[in-house]
Amino acid sequence: MALREAIRAHEALPEGALDESRVRLQGGRTDLVVVAEMVAPSSRVLDVGSGDGALLELLATERGCDARGIELSREGVNAGVARGLAIIQGDADVDLAYYPDDAFDYVILSQTLQATRRPRWVLEQMLRIGRRAIVSFPNFGHWRSRFDLLLNGRMPVTENMPISWYETPNIHFCTIRDFVALAEVLDARIEKAVALDSSGNRVRVTMPWWVWNLLGEQAVFLLTRKT
Amino acid sequence: MNSPVPPEASLRAPSAETGRSEADEPHSPVVRFGPDRPLRLDAGVLLGDLQIAYQTYGTLNAARSNAVLVCHALTGDQHAANLNPVTGKPGWWETLVGPGLPIDTDRFFVICANVLGGCMGTTGPSSTNPATGRPYGLDMPLVTIRDMVNAQAMLLDHLGIEKLLCVAGGSMGGMQVLQWAASYPERVFSALAIATAARHSAQNIAFHEVGRQAIMADPDWHGGHYLAAGVNPQRGLAVARMAAHITYMSDQALHRKFGRKLQNRQMPTFGFDADFQVESYLRHQGEAFVQRFDANSYLYVTRAMDYFDLAADYDDVLANAFRGSKTRFCVVSFTSDWLFPTGGAREIVHALNASGASVSFAEVASDKGHDAFLLEEPELFAIARGFLDSAARAVGITPGRS
Repeated sequence: MALREAIRAHEALPEGALDESRVRLQGGRTDLVVVAEMVAPSSRVLDVGSGDGALLELLATERGCDARGIELSREGVNAGVARGLAIIQGDADVDLAYYPDDAFDYVILSQTLQATRRPRWVLEQMLRIGRRAIVSFPNFGHWRSRFDLLLNGRMPVTENMPISWYETPNIHFCTIRDFVALAEVLDARIEKAVALDSSGNRVRVTMPWWVWNLLGEQAVFLLTRKT
Repeated sequence: MNSPVPPEASLRAPSAETGRSEADEPHSPVVRFGPDRPLRLDAGVLLGDLQIAYQTYGTLNAARSNAVLVCHALTGDQHAANLNPVTGKPGWWETLVGPGLPIDTDRFFVICANVLGGCMGTTGPSSTNPATGRPYGLDMPLVTIRDMVNAQAMLLDHLGIEKLLCVAGGSMGGMQVLQWAASYPERVFSALAIATAARHSAQNIAFHEVGRQAIMADPDWHGGHYLAAGVNPQRGLAVARMAAHITYMSDQALHRKFGRKLQNRQMPTFGFDADFQVESYLRHQGEAFVQRFDANSYLYVTRAMDYFDLAADYDDVLANAFRGSKTRFCVVSFTSDWLFPTGGAREIVHALNASGASVSFAEVASDKGHDAFLLEEPELFAIARGFLDSAARAVGITPGRS
């Protein structure tokens, strides 16, 4: 199973591991650490939805990357630029079109996929602009989401998805399996995949995939173009 | 830095004379280039006698790596951070340039030159034409933004500065920043372009044309030879300034400042006196402006902005202007700026993205309109400081006081 092999591939390469406790102290999220670990040192990186620039700073300082960002919120951009980061105020759904092919080694979309208007288009653009795409997203197939829907009949509100359906900017939720299916549609190869449980710990590799889709509250995928 | 003359004296002097004296013998250091080092203008002629008036702040370090060039806007001048010798008012960018400020004169060597075509000591239509001994007037060739930048490059050569840590400017100053990055990419480590565009829009050309027509319709303009006639087209220039000033402000800013409030009266006079405060304010702006600016310079410099279309020199593809550029860019726009709206800034950013250049872009929320780049805007200050600090770190300049 390709997905499982991809997971093993990531688990087998711990040498690039960052000091998670230090990153956590920097206000980082665990998924950011997982994302950062997937990035080779000194790469050219575009972070789509860079927020206040936490990941950019991590990549620049820990990985020596030429890291640039796009962020929708004015506050996030201005705070990041004031810290000396190269971030542009823009909309992933629009502005990715202006980047040339193969401009970056990695294009990262961390916790943003579900907020885009055109997730498929955004992913296509990422795989065009970058040689690799890294995507982290909340897994709507997590058992708590299913529990809320199945037993309570309510849209889930969790720590990672804290906003009610009527106010959330997240308009395109998907499950880990849904994402794998989209990657197949886009003819993208899954090089690595990591699922994180609600405590931010990695779901053990030995577990079958349906456990991932059930226990993984977040997922991080590294994709490449097949062609 | 020269000590400014008492402002009262020059303000009381006839403005034509003020223009003359500042044009030829400004209260600034000048560098002169003779016919042996002519400046080739875009108009296709050589300018064999060129004078550039400039101000500097701070100290050039031994490595000559801390030079920052500040480019002024349409009606600005070289007095960015010192008392203006003509108006007696603070420098036009004293909010941003000074000790401990974002463009920190404790750390950086800051240079600001009067633009080519200006009236504060750099060669322009009010300068004396050495061939005739009289002011150039309309005999001065038309100049472009690129001509202005080429002249600044000659000044930097004269000062022995090969590479700039940063080129910074707003509005027309931002146009010069973009031109600098395109013409001399290897000389520009970082570029800060604020409230600007890569080309002047039809709407902005139209506004400029209104101003120029107001000047040329004034009988005192004398076909451009008013200095020889000993007069000054003050009414035309004042109207030009009034019209332009409206474009520098936002509707909200005008409303907040003046609303429909009446000027020193309880009732409208049912006449054409300045009943409204906003009218009185604009009249004051016009009157103050003619004391410090030359009418022909206004024609020349507005024309230079009109002609600015950076992509036109690069097969109409703006990204080509920055192809392979190592310069770090920071582009800033303001939400309420309708003269240089965010769309124009975004065009620059998209071109920089397409060219692979490193760029930051921030839109600052402000209701102050285009003028915001000259005013108290803490978010702009934080962005400029962060951008310059990052550039300074990258070239190994010691951090300033926080």
